[in-house]
Amino acid sequence: MPVVTYISFNGAINDVEVQSGTSVMQGAVDNMIDGIVAECGGSCSCATCHCYVDEAWVQKIPPASEMEKDMLECVLEPEANSRLSCQIKVTDELDGLVVRLPESQF
Amino acid sequence: MAETCCIVIGASHAGGQLAVSLRQEGWQGRILVIGDEHYLPYNRPPLSKTFLSGEKHVEDLLIRPETQYEKVNIEVMLGQRVGRLDRERKLVLLEDGTDIAYDKLALATGSRVRTLDLPGADLKGVHYLRNIADVENIRPFVMPGKKAVIVGGGYIGLETAAMLRQIGMDVTVLEAAERVLSRVTAPELSAFYNRVHSEEGADVITGVGVNSFSGKKRVNEVGCDDGSAYDADLVIIGVGVIPNTELASEAGLEVDNGIRVDDRCMTSDPDIAAAGDCTSHFNTFYQRQLRLESVQNAMDQARVAASALCDKPNQYNALPWFWSDQYDLKLQIAGLSQDYDELVLRGDPGTGRKFAAFYLRQGRVIAVDAVNSPQEFMFGKQLISKMLEVDRADLANPDIPMRSLLPRA
Repeated sequence: MPVVTYISFNGAINDVEVQSGTSVMQGAVDNMIDGIVAECGGSCSCATCHCYVDEAWVQKIPPASEMEKDMLECVLEPEANSRLSCQIKVTDELDGLVVRLPESQF
Repeated sequence: MAETCCIVIGASHAGGQLAVSLRQEGWQGRILVIGDEHYLPYNRPPLSKTFLSGEKHVEDLLIRPETQYEKVNIEVMLGQRVGRLDRERKLVLLEDGTDIAYDKLALATGSRVRTLDLPGADLKGVHYLRNIADVENIRPFVMPGKKAVIVGGGYIGLETAAMLRQIGMDVTVLEAAERVLSRVTAPELSAFYNRVHSEEGADVITGVGVNSFSGKKRVNEVGCDDGSAYDADLVIIGVGVIPNTELASEAGLEVDNGIRVDDRCMTSDPDIAAAGDCTSHFNTFYQRQLRLESVQNAMDQARVAASALCDKPNQYNALPWFWSDQYDLKLQIAGLSQDYDELVLRGDPGTGRKFAAFYLRQGRVIAVDAVNSPQEFMFGKQLISKMLEVDRADLANPDIPMRSLLPRA
């Protein structure tokens, strides 16, 4: 199973096995990682699963939809590598993915 | 000393989150979640959408897999109903006769559908939509070309209508009020949803009360007060929900439309918390007692309730928000629009499928309905929670970025 590394705002590092086909958000919720709230359950409606994708991985993830881009412009402290983790589908190619979680969801 | 035990009654959004939050907040003792359905906590919103269409399966709906509850030692007892609470002896009495002692208790009993006591309501093919089991019973009746009648033009009714239409059924929505979504939105929004549904080929008929269902073995007709009748192979009734407060009221807890909780989500018993659809709380934004039916409220109250049960109380002061997906429309709603005295439209609901409606009261934004307009929703939330006065002309002008309506950070 692909392993995703979640780095919380306080620096805590969680390496977690996430089932291929599910989302980076689901991996965090399944493993009770603080910092991803995911109020809408992954329907791209709430932007409470905002994360920063490690620069080395940004190009390996399909780009955000217009809806996601619009949502990301409104989160606190958006960056070029901001994504909604519910919209990142985990695949075998993403084994080793690193995401950082923002202060606002901490 | 024996291990302390917290029992959570209810295993949906609120109950599941409450149990997990208890562990996260450091509850050391036993945690037992009791649910009357046969499934671990699952996401309900997809039931009327991708689960109805068959795109999603039960395992896709689960909020967390079974292994995660085991990992943090949360026991889940499914398919069990609680018959009574004994607060004196601190016991939960199951309907099967067993009793279980608690130190702390959380009520997350949710709500159930309001049923219609009409002739023929028990015919085959007449359904409600609340649970996985409901949708599994509906599915055999879902067939392209067949006729579906939806009773009730609220969010559940309209979402179901949209999905059945997309599957290729002939869909008629019957709403008793003069317009759809009348309880929750402005007439402009109702007219918009009417237009979209008719563009998509669904008939929305308002101002008509259903009075009977008829058919031999299964339903084939829906009768109305005005004498009209509609052919139906499938009927889905969506006329609201009722909070499950009986356990609480029989146990003598304060109930006022929902189980009354304070700002820490504690009931009138210091050992009992409550969260989700079954509760009512005094809302600080709207300065009145409210019962909310939403995922956001269930999850946020669950977290606050867990904190209180662990003696680390937090205040519940989240802004209510909701969403509804129909066809290619993503409606995001922040705040509650009741009591608005002015509506500001940004974009035109009369054409196209993208606009936002801001509800104002005394010059301040109290709610927003944003259709395919996530920025209006996200920044609208901030306008509401900061209780800012806004320039109506700027708010109505889609060329002025929403961001610029907020004071610079």
